[in-house]
Amino acid sequence: MAERLRTPVGEPYGTGGRGPSPYGTGSGGPAPYGTDIDGPFPYGADPGGPSPYRTAVEGLRTYRMVAAMWIRSTMAYRASFALTLFTSFCVTFFDFVVILLMFGQVRGLGGFSFAEVAFLYGSTGTAFGAADLTMGSLQRMGRRIRDGSLDVFLLRPVPLLAQVAADKFALRRLGRVLQGLMVLVWSLVLLRDEVAWSWEKVLMVPGMVVCGAVIFMAVMVLGASALFWLQDASEVTNAFTYGGNTLLQYPPAVFAQDLVKGVVYVVPLAFVNWLPALYVLGRPAPAGVPSWAAFAPPFVALVCCAVAGLAWRTGVRAYRSTGS
Amino acid sequence: MRFALFPPTSSPSLRTCSERDNMLRLYATVAAGGFRRHATYRVATLAGLFTNTVFGFVLSYTYLALWAERPDLGGYSSSDALAYVWIGQALLTVCGLMGGGFEDELIERIRTGDIAVDLHRPVDLQSWWCAANAGRCAYQLAGRGAVPLLIGALAFRFTLPDGPAGWAAFLFAVALGSFVSFALWYLVAMSAFWLLDGQGVVQAAWLTGLFFSGMLLPLNVFPGALGELAHALPWAALLQVPADVYLGRYGEGWGLVRAYGFQLGWLAVLLAAGRAAQSAATRKVVVQGG
Repeated sequence: MAERLRTPVGEPYGTGGRGPSPYGTGSGGPAPYGTDIDGPFPYGADPGGPSPYRTAVEGLRTYRMVAAMWIRSTMAYRASFALTLFTSFCVTFFDFVVILLMFGQVRGLGGFSFAEVAFLYGSTGTAFGAADLTMGSLQRMGRRIRDGSLDVFLLRPVPLLAQVAADKFALRRLGRVLQGLMVLVWSLVLLRDEVAWSWEKVLMVPGMVVCGAVIFMAVMVLGASALFWLQDASEVTNAFTYGGNTLLQYPPAVFAQDLVKGVVYVVPLAFVNWLPALYVLGRPAPAGVPSWAAFAPPFVALVCCAVAGLAWRTGVRAYRSTGS
Repeated sequence: MRFALFPPTSSPSLRTCSERDNMLRLYATVAAGGFRRHATYRVATLAGLFTNTVFGFVLSYTYLALWAERPDLGGYSSSDALAYVWIGQALLTVCGLMGGGFEDELIERIRTGDIAVDLHRPVDLQSWWCAANAGRCAYQLAGRGAVPLLIGALAFRFTLPDGPAGWAAFLFAVALGSFVSFALWYLVAMSAFWLLDGQGVVQAAWLTGLFFSGMLLPLNVFPGALGELAHALPWAALLQVPADVYLGRYGEGWGLVRAYGFQLGWLAVLLAAGRAAQSAATRKVVVQGG
């Protein structure tokens, strides 16, 4: 009875019939994507398929369309969106309040001043926020594998990763990016006289945010690839993403050196912000890492993407539907 | 639509002794079901265990740095602070510090209208969910709580309670904390009767709980009035009070009674509020049809 009152716009999978029907199940209108694709395997699953470049373009296009659809659907309830955006901002802000409370009690942490810790916080916060905004939905894939709804995605002639990553795209996660950026800018204002700025240090700040976001995204894709085998293990990724984000907010000197070595050589999270940020701050790199490593993030990000891509392909090939 | 919460025959005055036994047996069965249901997801438990342990290590080092700068911060030694970190990780799911673990399902049942079926059962809705949640908590404590605490204790050699009596006092405080958590999240879920989409309220509750439970930083470290406020709010009963009982800060005898009294007081208030919301909802709200 009351169901009629709910607009079906917010429920793209609903049977409502009205509203934008993103997957083209509704009547009329052009098919939303995939109309100009030649060949049955556009995502390069077969050796003779299109070039990786085409796959990437196709993936980005798919991602944009699915994300835009979800944004439209979110905007049907503007007040609700504003509220959730605000909450997302606050959640991350409380995270920062902890650091403020800590510095209400102490003057320095591991030899770092407040401005320096805020710099670490802001850089990893922005990078992680951007990765979470774009790839955060990958965590839901375990459920899709379990209930078999991933099969529908596989049937569509567009890259699977783009579909899954943009699935239920939540614009409210922008709150985390905004909060991270605010802290980063604030810390840069505080640090403007303390740091001996040079052109490579100025370029390094936006560079490490971008590379950091890519590294976090690769970790998320890698974690999602494991879901093809272990559907319930999505929380393991949290240890590296959310846990890594928390780790990188604090100076490396605080942690046991084995832990620091682990995030340099095993899961290269240290390249997200620690190594470049220490270079910007004019401090020595931790755990005996050479100082040129501060310039390595772009290459590390590329390697991470390659590994994640490989793991993803292996995962997709190993996928067995639940059959339901 | 109106729902009778009890079938007519089970009005309290007419209830016989054996009927009460039957009800108790029923709730015990529901609780056992809650335990078994969560015990099914072993990989998820292992994954959660791993994440809790990683977070435990990360937080331990930051707390060590903080306590190195300010020994005796908030009245804790660094060994106490480390124990606090790992208690927080152990109780994360048990005391619903980041979501009660059942409210999403309850809200979904309210939203879809399945709740009508639940209300027709000859058992009380709140007690049913409370029993199921107690089973879940027992499993989470054994499956996800004990191991991180053990790993943390081996890695950092932090403060342990005073003998078996100390452990028993701690476990009792944890049990009370998990029931306070249930009462809180049940109240949150009840809001869905009016709002249908409970996400906003859940997020707000999540946020307040995370901050005021002491999950992010012990409430003792909060400055001045904020600290006093945080100590008086119900979220203090979830982590701060059990942790302080563990660390022996309430002493024995009357001190412990004070701690338990605080938890029981909030438990009574919140359960009553949940009950009031439930009866208001079932009286006034039209259940979603489908």
